[in-house]
Amino acid sequence: MSASEEVWVLGINMTKFGKYPDLDAVDLAANAVIAALADGGVTMKDIGVVAAGNLLGNGAASGQNVLKQVGQTGVPIYNVSNACATGATAIRTVVMAIRAGEVDMGLAVGVEKLSGVGLLGPGGQGNKDAGWEPKGRYGAVGGIDGRLGTQAMPGVFAQVGMEYLHTYGQTDVSVFARISEKNHSHSTLNPLAAYNKAMTYDQIINDVMISYPNTRPMCSANCDGAAAAVLVSGSKLKTMSLEQRRRAVKISASVLTSDPYQEACQVLPDVNTLTRNAAKIAYEQSGVGPADLDLVELHDCFATAELVHYDNLGLCAPGEAVSFFESGAPWRDGKTPVNVSGGLQSKGHPISATGIANVWEICHHLRGEAGPRQIEGAKVGLAHVIGLGSACGVHVLEKSSV
Amino acid sequence: MTNNSTATQIPFVGYLELNDGEPHLVAHECRSCGARFFDRRNLCANCSGAEFKSVAVATHGTLRSFSIVAFAGPGVEVPFVAALVDCDGTTVRGNLINCDPTPDAVHLGMAVRLATYSLGADSNGVEAINYGFEPDLGKETR
Ligand SMILES: [Zn+2]
Repeated sequence: MSASEEVWVLGINMTKFGKYPDLDAVDLAANAVIAALADGGVTMKDIGVVAAGNLLGNGAASGQNVLKQVGQTGVPIYNVSNACATGATAIRTVVMAIRAGEVDMGLAVGVEKLSGVGLLGPGGQGNKDAGWEPKGRYGAVGGIDGRLGTQAMPGVFAQVGMEYLHTYGQTDVSVFARISEKNHSHSTLNPLAAYNKAMTYDQIINDVMISYPNTRPMCSANCDGAAAAVLVSGSKLKTMSLEQRRRAVKISASVLTSDPYQEACQVLPDVNTLTRNAAKIAYEQSGVGPADLDLVELHDCFATAELVHYDNLGLCAPGEAVSFFESGAPWRDGKTPVNVSGGLQSKGHPISATGIANVWEICHHLRGEAGPRQIEGAKVGLAHVIGLGSACGVHVLEKSSV
Repeated sequence: MTNNSTATQIPFVGYLELNDGEPHLVAHECRSCGARFFDRRNLCANCSGAEFKSVAVATHGTLRSFSIVAFAGPGVEVPFVAALVDCDGTTVRGNLINCDPTPDAVHLGMAVRLATYSLGADSNGVEAINYGFEPDLGKETR
């Protein structure tokens, strides 16, 4: 093996996203792992390394606790944490181990129990009766959320989308709700989505306002879910069965970036530059260009985020994201279908599972196994996630030529 | 600002200057590359420079982005307008105040200016003063 070793997805699975009152995070992760191993035709004994993500479980669903249920083989486990890019980071970790030649097969798993969890974000404004006392890096005498703008995700990402409109001299916010309409419509074909209900533009804008312009259906859906992937080296794959080689999906690019300094990036998180950087590297690594993509799963944690990533991923010319959407391109029958799974707004967003579930969705189409929502003839796809703070994962995936 | 205000007022954040002329924000500016920061620094995030000077930030600016926050964590009063303001090249976050928190009243690109308000006094009688941005009607072009 060499540093240029190819890495393939051999087996992959996501649980249905939704509510699992009777299963804990370890159960969900174990279910995804068992199914991913079976999908690849291998067992835990074949796995040389594990990368596991679970942000909100306080270690409850560590890789070790998952392996205690599916096979304690003693292999190294990397418990990874990278906000909403945690699942992609787990995949990236296994890719690096295989490329480094340390192992020829590895497992990435991500799981979250989020259903019923409310708004994720800070709260509290301090207690003035105890005396105003400067604290922290800003020397603030109380909690800053709500007093110096917002730190909660719906408002942060609302500002990301509004800033895009401002930069390109646009004022019509209706595009955001229409993006959400698309994703909710797409989800009606995805039996694994948390929500399968089409919503009209009027239903979306008249739903509960969370953080203008994002109403509730324009925000990612909190839900439970897990996803797992078995990755294999190209040389190991060559020794495997025709069926395994036929269904394997090539990882043509695996990229993780963090946010480089930009003016204002410590005032409002910059989710643009690191995505643009990741996309540029991914297109170079894979030799694939945006025009070659048959489908894209991108990080629509809010409707306002999806718009900017059309541009960041180069799916449209700079500044043209609104007209790209208006052309119909990102609908499932359009030029570049985006989030045919329903996206985070309707499929759901169990944080650490998301970056693996996006890859699963692409693989499902490249294998020709997506049933009624199959993008016909799909050969190349791209999966993108953003973790605020920030981290960006981009994977370019290609159908096997076997 | 009168002398006795210094004894009874405290800025809500360390980078709000209340006692040197009109209230304004003070940034740490990297002496090597000019990048500006509002928090306590170790090194410059742009160039890893170690030396900073204090600079006054323009008190007038334009609204670069906003969200009208209707849902927030416990103890946070809603609705409020979270704003990103371009103050002559330095971007600042804060709330838009003295303005209806409605889409009809808030416009991308609108002219705004720094304003201060009281968050109340603690049991020692010390009043915390915060900043926000308010519509700059003299400059409003819409
Ligand atoms: Zn510098």
